[in-house]
Amino acid sequence: MKPRSRYPFYFGTFLLITAGILLAVLRHVEMGIPWLAGEQRPVWMVEARVDFVAQGEPVLVSLNIPEDPPGFSILSEQAASPGYGFSIVEEGRDRRAEWTIRDASGPQTLYFMVQMTPDSSSQPKARDQRVMQPEVVYWEEPQATAVQQILQRAAQKSSTPESMTRELIKLLQSDDPDQNTALLLNNTNEIELLTRMLNHANIPARVVDSLKLEDARRRQGLRQFLQIHNGEEWLTFNAQTARQGLPEDVVLWREDSASLIDLTGGSDSQVSFAMLRQTVPALQLARSESESNGLGFLSLYQLPIEEQSMFRMLLLLPLGALVVAFMRIVIGVRTSGTFMPVLIAVAFVQTSLVPGLVAFISVVAIGLLLRSYLSSLNLLLVSRISALIILVIFITTGISIVGYQMGFSTGMTVTFFPMVILAWTIERMSILWEEEGPREVVTQGAGSLFVAVLAYLAMSVPLAGHLTFNFPELHLVVFGIVLLLGQYTGYKLTELSRFHPMKVYDK
Amino acid sequence: MKWISPFAMNRLGLLNMNRRNVDYILRYNERQAYPLVDNKLKTKLIATEYDVNTPELLQVVRQQHEISHFRERVEQLEGFAIKPSKGSGGKGIMVILRREEEDYIKASGVAVSLSTLERHLSNILAGLYSLGGAPDVAIIESLVNSDPRLAKYSFQGVPDIRIVVFQGYPVMAMLRLATKDSDGKANLHQGAVGVGLNIANGRCLNAVQFNRPIILHPDTGTPLNSIEIDGWEQMLIMASRCYEATGLGYMGVDLVVDAERGPLLLELNARPGLAIQMANGRGLLPRLKHVEGLERPHSSPEKRAHYAMANFGVAQP
Repeated sequence: MKPRSRYPFYFGTFLLITAGILLAVLRHVEMGIPWLAGEQRPVWMVEARVDFVAQGEPVLVSLNIPEDPPGFSILSEQAASPGYGFSIVEEGRDRRAEWTIRDASGPQTLYFMVQMTPDSSSQPKARDQRVMQPEVVYWEEPQATAVQQILQRAAQKSSTPESMTRELIKLLQSDDPDQNTALLLNNTNEIELLTRMLNHANIPARVVDSLKLEDARRRQGLRQFLQIHNGEEWLTFNAQTARQGLPEDVVLWREDSASLIDLTGGSDSQVSFAMLRQTVPALQLARSESESNGLGFLSLYQLPIEEQSMFRMLLLLPLGALVVAFMRIVIGVRTSGTFMPVLIAVAFVQTSLVPGLVAFISVVAIGLLLRSYLSSLNLLLVSRISALIILVIFITTGISIVGYQMGFSTGMTVTFFPMVILAWTIERMSILWEEEGPREVVTQGAGSLFVAVLAYLAMSVPLAGHLTFNFPELHLVVFGIVLLLGQYTGYKLTELSRFHPMKVYDK
Repeated sequence: MKWISPFAMNRLGLLNMNRRNVDYILRYNERQAYPLVDNKLKTKLIATEYDVNTPELLQVVRQQHEISHFRERVEQLEGFAIKPSKGSGGKGIMVILRREEEDYIKASGVAVSLSTLERHLSNILAGLYSLGGAPDVAIIESLVNSDPRLAKYSFQGVPDIRIVVFQGYPVMAMLRLATKDSDGKANLHQGAVGVGLNIANGRCLNAVQFNRPIILHPDTGTPLNSIEIDGWEQMLIMASRCYEATGLGYMGVDLVVDAERGPLLLELNARPGLAIQMANGRGLLPRLKHVEGLERPHSSPEKRAHYAMANFGVAQP
C-alpha cells in the first residue's frame, strides 16, 4: 500500500486559505467593509412583521410607522411583500404603511424594514406646539369618587403636571393600595387607567408604543409608555417606575396614531418585530443596499433580519470548533465528548461566563449524584439516557425556581444549555467514574470546561463576531486550518510531559 | 510537572498519538476490517481459520431463548468465562472458576447463583456492555489456565502478552502483569506492570509501573528481569498470522499462555496504545520505518517473524 501523495491536499488547502483572504481583502477594498468593529455608528435594522390570515377578499393592511422618533434618525425604509401594492400614506400626524391586494387567501406575511441610527440631535419635539385638549372622560360611581379622592391626594403633593403624574403613578403602584386604588385597579389596565385619570385631571395624556432595541432579537412585541403634555411638549413616563424620559435604547414606534394596525379583508393580524445592530458605516450600508453587483452577493445583509440574527450565532461556531481542534490535537487537553465544549461555549455566550459556569457545574454535579442511583438499577442504555434527560430537565427547572426565589435571575439562564448534551455529558462522566475513578472525571471535566471557556472567549471577542459575520469568506481560512490540523503528526504538548520518564533511556 | 524535550523524543524514535493516528492507523487499517477485531466472536472464527489458537468456544448465546440451552450446558462445566462479543475494555466479562453445590464461584471469590448468570447473559444480549448499546451476543469460553511459570509473576489475573504487528511484522512486545493497584486488570495506566520483551528471544528488557522503571514486582516481589517467555518464536508467528487473517496493517495482538494448550489469542486491537514504548524503553518509529522501507516484504508469517527476530532484537549482556 503506497501512501497517497499529500501535495494535492496541501495545494488545495493553500488555495482555500488564499481564496478566503483574497476575497476578504477584495471586499474590504471594493465595498469598504471595515476590518475593525469599532469607530462606526451603529445602525439598527428594525423589521416589523405582519402576519394575518386573508379571507379571499380584497385586503388592505395599514400599519402605523414611526415618522421622526425622538433620539433616532431614519436612514431608509423598505417593504417586502410579494404581490402586494405598497405605499406610505400620511394623514396629518399619522404615518402609515399600506399594503393592498385584490385577492388573497390563507396565511400572509408582510415585512416592513426601517434602518435607523441613534441621533441625539433629533431630540425634543419642539414642533408639537398646538394646544392640546385633554380628552373628556366620564366615570361611573363608585369609581368617580375614588378617582376624585386619589387625584386630590396626588394634587396635594404636586405642583406641575409632571410631578402630578409621578405622584399618581406612585399612588397606583404602592405596595399596599388603599380601597380607592384597589377598586380602580380591579379589572383595568394600569396604563389605560392612568391616561383616563390624567385626562380627567385636565392633563392631556396618551399611551404610546415603543420598541426596546436589543441586538439580534426576534419576535419582540411593543411596550407601552405613558405620555403627558405639559403645555409645551409631550413628556414620556414609565408607568411602572414613574421614571421620566425615554431610555436611550428605546424607540417610539406609535405616537400620534390611535391604532397600530388596521386590517380589512383578513383576520388574526399580528405584528412582531425583529432587530439587528449592524456595525457598518451608514455610508456603506446605503451602498450595499443599492448595488447588487460584484461582491455584494457574498454578504448576508440582504437576508431577512431573523435569518441574519441566526447566522450571526452560526458563523461563530467554526471558531469554537477550531479552538477545540487545536486544544485536542496540538495541546492534547482531554475533554469528555468531542464537541461538547463548543456547545457549552455557545450556551456561555448566551448566559455570560460566570453564571453559566456555576449553572453548568451544579447541573452536572447533581446529575452525577442522581445517575449513581440509576446505575444501580441496571437500566438499558436508551432508557437510561432518556431518564437522564428527564432528570436534567427537573434539575434545571429546580435551579431556575430556587435561583429566582433567592433573587438571582441568572438562575434562569440555565435553560440555555442543551439538555440532551448535558444528559450525555453526565452519562459519560458517570461511566468514566465507574471505570477509571474520580480522578479521570475531574481531569476530563476540567479539560472540557477549560476548552469551553477558551472557545467562549474566542467567540465573544467583538472582533470575532464582526469578522465572521461581515467577512463570511474568512471561514474558508478556518476551514483550511482545520484541515491542516487533521494532518498534524507532531507531538501534543501534553505528550512531552507524558513521555518524560523516557528521558532515562536517552543516552 | 516534568518535561522531555521534543528533540529527545525524536532521538528515542517515540511514536506519538497524532502520528500513530494519521500515519499508521488511518493509512494502514481499512475501516471495513474493524468489525473483525471489535467483535470477539468474529475474531475467534477468523483466527481459527488461520491456525491461530484461541480459548475454546463452548457456546454462543445469540437469542434470549437460547439461554435455556446454556442452563443445560452449564451443568457439565466446571469453570468458564462469559464475555460480550462486542464489549470493550474488559466490560461485562464474568469469570467462573468452579462450582460449589448450586453456587458458582467468581474469580473474586464471590458466589453467584444460576439466575444471576442468566440475567447477566440477557443483559449482554440487550447490549448493556457493547459500544453504543447495540444488541450483542454472549460467548462462553473455557477458562485459561495460566502457565504457572508466568502466573507466578502476576498478582491475580492472567498475565498477557501484547505484540504490536506492523504489516505482518511483529515489531515490539510486552508482558502485562496485574498488580494490587490495577485490581487484577492488565491495563498499564491503571497500575499494571509492563515488561518490555526482546523481540529476538522473549527476554525481559525493562519493566515499568506507572511509567517508572522497576526491578521487582511490587506485590509478589519476584524479580522481573529474569523473565523469559517460552515458545517465543511460535508466539511471534501466531501474531504475524493475524495480519493475514484481518488485513489490519497496524494492530495489537494480545496473547495468553495456557498451561496445556500453549499460546492462545485473546483479542486483537486496531488502535494499540503507545505505552508499550515505555515498557521497552525505546520508540517504535525506527522499526516501523524499517518495515515501511522494505523493498520486498516477506510473504509468509514464519519468514516475517524470523526477520523481526533477526532485525528488531536488542543486544543484551
